[in-house]
Amino acid sequence: MKPSTKFAIGAVVILGSVTLLITEGVKQTGTYFLTPTQLVERTAKDPSFHEVGLKVAAKVVKGSIQRDQAAERVDFRISDGTQTFPVTFVGHVPDTFTDDNDIDVVVEGKLDRNNVFQATDVIAKCGSRYEAVWDKQQSAST
Amino acid sequence: MTLLGQFALWTGFILAAWGGVMAFVARWQERPEVALSIRRTTYAVLVAMLVASASLWQGLLSHDFNIEYVAGYTSRNLPTYYLITTFWAGQKGSLLFWAAVLSIFGALAQWLTAQRFRDLLPYVAGVTNIVAAFFIAVMLFGDHTNPFERLGFTPPDGRGLNPQLQNPGMVVHPPMLYLGYISLTIPFAFAIAALLARRLDAGWIIAMRKWAIVSWLFLSTGITIGMWWAYLELGWGGVWAWDPVENASFHPWLTLTAFLHSVMIQEKRGMLKRWNMSLIIGTFLLSIFGTFITRSGVIASVHSFTQSSVGYFFLAFLLVTGVLSFTLLYTRWGSLEPEAHLEAVVSREAAFLFNNLALVGIAFSVLWGTLFPIISEAVRGVKISVGPAFFERVNIPLGLFLLFLTGVGPLIAWRKASARNLQRQFIVPGIAFVVGLIGAWVAGLRGYSLMTIALGTFVIGTVLQEFTRGVRARMRMYDENVALALGRLMSRNRRRYGGYIVHVGIVCYFVGAVGQSMRVKESHQLVPGESVTLASPFGHPVTFTFLGVSQYEELNRQVSAATIEVHRPGKAQATMVAEKRQHFNAIGEKSFEPSTEVGLISSLQEDLYVYYHGTPDGTERSQFEFIINPLVMWFWIGGALLVFGGVLAMWPGGPQIRARQSDEMQAGYAVPLTESVATP
Repeated sequence: MKPSTKFAIGAVVILGSVTLLITEGVKQTGTYFLTPTQLVERTAKDPSFHEVGLKVAAKVVKGSIQRDQAAERVDFRISDGTQTFPVTFVGHVPDTFTDDNDIDVVVEGKLDRNNVFQATDVIAKCGSRYEAVWDKQQSAST
Repeated sequence: MTLLGQFALWTGFILAAWGGVMAFVARWQERPEVALSIRRTTYAVLVAMLVASASLWQGLLSHDFNIEYVAGYTSRNLPTYYLITTFWAGQKGSLLFWAAVLSIFGALAQWLTAQRFRDLLPYVAGVTNIVAAFFIAVMLFGDHTNPFERLGFTPPDGRGLNPQLQNPGMVVHPPMLYLGYISLTIPFAFAIAALLARRLDAGWIIAMRKWAIVSWLFLSTGITIGMWWAYLELGWGGVWAWDPVENASFHPWLTLTAFLHSVMIQEKRGMLKRWNMSLIIGTFLLSIFGTFITRSGVIASVHSFTQSSVGYFFLAFLLVTGVLSFTLLYTRWGSLEPEAHLEAVVSREAAFLFNNLALVGIAFSVLWGTLFPIISEAVRGVKISVGPAFFERVNIPLGLFLLFLTGVGPLIAWRKASARNLQRQFIVPGIAFVVGLIGAWVAGLRGYSLMTIALGTFVIGTVLQEFTRGVRARMRMYDENVALALGRLMSRNRRRYGGYIVHVGIVCYFVGAVGQSMRVKESHQLVPGESVTLASPFGHPVTFTFLGVSQYEELNRQVSAATIEVHRPGKAQATMVAEKRQHFNAIGEKSFEPSTEVGLISSLQEDLYVYYHGTPDGTERSQFEFIINPLVMWFWIGGALLVFGGVLAMWPGGPQIRARQSDEMQAGYAVPLTESVATP
């Protein structure tokens, strides 16, 4: 066998393993990443979605954050403008999680039968962090 | 001063655009004065960018809050060194930083490149100028992207700098990564210049080789400092979360690492010319792509960058550059015939090719995972995302294969390894592998961790054998003592031994990764005087005793500091302090959300890491996260070795390695001898 053929076999084995690892990895670990509207639509169509762990990206409804520090529990509401639902999370939220201004969150968990999202993880980031503040100051100064 | 800055931006833009366009349309090949003029535009652009940068710094240091950037990122009570580094804290400043550094690199490339490559240099100037013109254009024509933009009013104080950025790691982490991304423009420019000038021998590679190592060095440093920052500031005790922004810096690192290896095959054997061109173009495109995903927000990330239309400028630039570069490569395809073919599958060439496939495979899988939300939405109509579990599943086996090749590569002969070569080379590293395997087994490691340690010792065995043989050969031939022989061996074969040191550094990262899989993490609520004991993965108990919280004011913040005493059997008692900070601006208003400083005690064996979540009002019961984090220190040791090896490999003034070395250059024992003898 020519060396280049042998090499080609090796290359196919490597690239094949990469492909296999990727496709299996996606199958085993992929999670749905939905907006609140998509989540509500999908669960309405298929109630088994209540059991599926997934991620939802939305905005925190201003003023909805209620913290129970002793129980290390946070309740808040998230919305994409069309659909809104409550979220419960037991654990510690990141420092950036406040309702001072519009924050985007990604919550991971399940939407239970009472349509409360039981989060296992909350990732927060502040979106348009300082433009909003300038608008406030600007209107205050005029 | 903003007027001057604005003027400098426009001047820089016009000069860069002129120099860029002229390089591709003027017939400068026959007109040396035009060629010189094109090259000199890079210096003129440099001056313009330095003036613009000075104006921005002037605005930052003089608290000119009428400038939106100054008001948005600084405050009166921000320490001066943070005022200086705020230059690159926000998007607008980053764009200027990028353009300024690119102009420095562009000018250096013209200045430092040997005269024998002068027929490439006007094209190199053309490419760096076009890229600089693009960045300046984004500032001038983008939506809210001009760093000199003024507000309609002057606020009494600025918004201040995000406390998570008020950290020494953050001061150096972004500019390091930027330097890595930006310096990639130079190898890319040389590749394009070689294609345009049809000088497709190894000349362009020799001209840009050090630049590729410089980029690699900056990227590696930037990534490692980023890990350090994430570890200290994000409070979850990990160093790498496979976040899209982190991945974006990892892609070009992987393909550049592949390039640094495969380029050796082109230098020695005249093979892989097309592959190397593709790799360097791809690496440059991945760096632009990284900027696109971090700035456009198309993929959700925890990093809170200002998101704006800027991302789409980058997308357009990415597409245009990609299409033009690969079209150009295609038109030169025939001139890039390999000069030799693979002679055996058990050879250095084949080992490097497999290494390249593994590196590019990892880069592809990380890219695929990062983009999967977009891909799945386009194909199946629903967003599906993958997390760390995916990246670990895919990359641990590939990484171990790569680690195996890291040990094999330096041992195996070029062209065709003989049975004698294999026998002579593999005995010591093979023994090291077995010793590592048994040692790790006895220590209780299994599965991937076990393989990582065994392969790690295999790589170390390889490197030690290479060093020992080189030193011995010098001692015999030149009658030098050990230290002198070692010093001369390294300084006369810098790229080779620098590379080996980097390999040891990479092993350290793998060791760190093994530690991450053994992390112990517990949440507890404690009142002062209360203790909690965690079992270290190394078997001993660690007792944390909460002493209490003290509150005080400091500089621009109010601090609540929780003090914790640590007891470990056989070790001196230690205390650690974890803080919650609330920053204020000069008029006493709260700025930003509270931030956290972790308490940390580090050692080679394990880090003790405490995160203070706060104390609910009216109680003394405080909430903590206690983490025992084994082997984290090895990441930082690996980082230091990468820097040391990288600097050694790129240090200027080393012996010139000829484009193609003679065929008798065989791997292993023959090489250090001939190389060290050949170089006076």
